[in-house]
Amino acid sequence: MAQSLDRLKESPSQTAGPYVHIGLTPNFCGIGGVYAADLGATMVSDKTKGERIGLKIRVLDGTGTPLKDALIEIWQADADGFYNSPAEMRGAADPNFFGWGRCPTDMETGVCAFETIKPGRVPFRDGSLMAPHITLWIVARGINLGLHTRLYFSDEEKANAEDPILARIEHRVRVPTLIAERQGDTYVFDIHLQGEKETVFFDS
Amino acid sequence: MPAESGSNRRPETGAFFQRDRTWHPPALTPGYKSSVLRSPQKALLSFDNTLSEIAGPVFGHAMLGELDADLIHNFARPGESAIGERIIVHGRVLDERGVGVPGVLLEFWQANAGGRYRHKKDGYLAPLDPNFGGCGRTITDEHGFYAFRTVKPGPYPWPNGPNDWRPAHIHFSVFGHGFAQRLITQMYFEGDPLIWKCPIVRGIADKAAIEALTAILDTQATIPMDALAYKFDIVLRGRRSSLFENRLEGN
Ligand SMILES: [Fe+3]
Repeated sequence: MAQSLDRLKESPSQTAGPYVHIGLTPNFCGIGGVYAADLGATMVSDKTKGERIGLKIRVLDGTGTPLKDALIEIWQADADGFYNSPAEMRGAADPNFFGWGRCPTDMETGVCAFETIKPGRVPFRDGSLMAPHITLWIVARGINLGLHTRLYFSDEEKANAEDPILARIEHRVRVPTLIAERQGDTYVFDIHLQGEKETVFFDS
Repeated sequence: MPAESGSNRRPETGAFFQRDRTWHPPALTPGYKSSVLRSPQKALLSFDNTLSEIAGPVFGHAMLGELDADLIHNFARPGESAIGERIIVHGRVLDERGVGVPGVLLEFWQANAGGRYRHKKDGYLAPLDPNFGGCGRTITDEHGFYAFRTVKPGPYPWPNGPNDWRPAHIHFSVFGHGFAQRLITQMYFEGDPLIWKCPIVRGIADKAAIEALTAILDTQATIPMDALAYKFDIVLRGRRSSLFENRLEGN
């Protein structure tokens, strides 16, 4: 016998269920007075540096129907590519940009709308630059373990072409599932949970 | 990690241990019908964490209100309180290395003592409690400890099979230091026979994993003539040491 590694196991995930709003966005679902505002509802202020953009994200099930009870969180670098995080060792991020947002899908349309800024480029492990991207985490009833993916930008063709994560996608026809389409100042992004256009989800 | 005062340790910036996906419920668990059309079917794209997954925001204790961790009172009219079996839920957030994780944002939500949620989509017969909202939050202390006060939620029927009931449970959202540690789970109560019949719970294959989500009655932490107590520890992904890795900084 050898010594034990004494590692614990991660707590197993369970679905967020249909009432995730009660816990994460109570004001959104009519439970007022507990918290002043829902966490992550506002990402930018007048002082935030960078190009203002909107994101319009939908999550579609295997029949193509938008989920109306999902919740999405996003996490991104500031306009210069710095994360507002203690793990950011390269320099200080914009103090007026937290970099994290949370939004429930609209109960009628299923659209999740974020107002944020376009992120700068962040280095990959080898120091080369990844294309600008936003990390997404999606939970809902019927999703047993939160889904992790990224949103890239359609007007960053050159950077996308050299992005090391996009380069790892074996079936190249699936690369566009991670690229949001620019329409004016808004990027439109559909996440397909299943089917021919199933979004590339990550295990990282 | 928020810099610990008096500590000369640098913030941890290592990648997280690989997630054991056989320990979590798989995406498709047909006994839980909602998963059928909402489960990805293609292989996931695997890669070692980049800074985007390693980094994460910090939520300071300053954001917390006085009653955030008291569900008995945070929605109640002045002088009143929620109806039900009063309990304290407490425990620690650890990582897979067994180290307490400070500064973790915990958000919880639950049905009231009758099993009814304050949500327009919940049509269960059980009545709403005018003094119970059903949400709360807290942030772990420097050793990873947390506690909150609530009423024990009731079990409730739900539309899945013709007669499925959820065991009593509290939903937990856990926000650790890296975005890749993000986790939502549920806490069950020791001794509840509904746990082993629940299609959502049964999506988890390993009995030990289900037990890891089952809080234990803690008679030492009860408050006499006031509240029972349950202990519930949560484990987040651990980090590899970055001591021997090439670091980006300095390049
Ligand atoms: Fe529930």
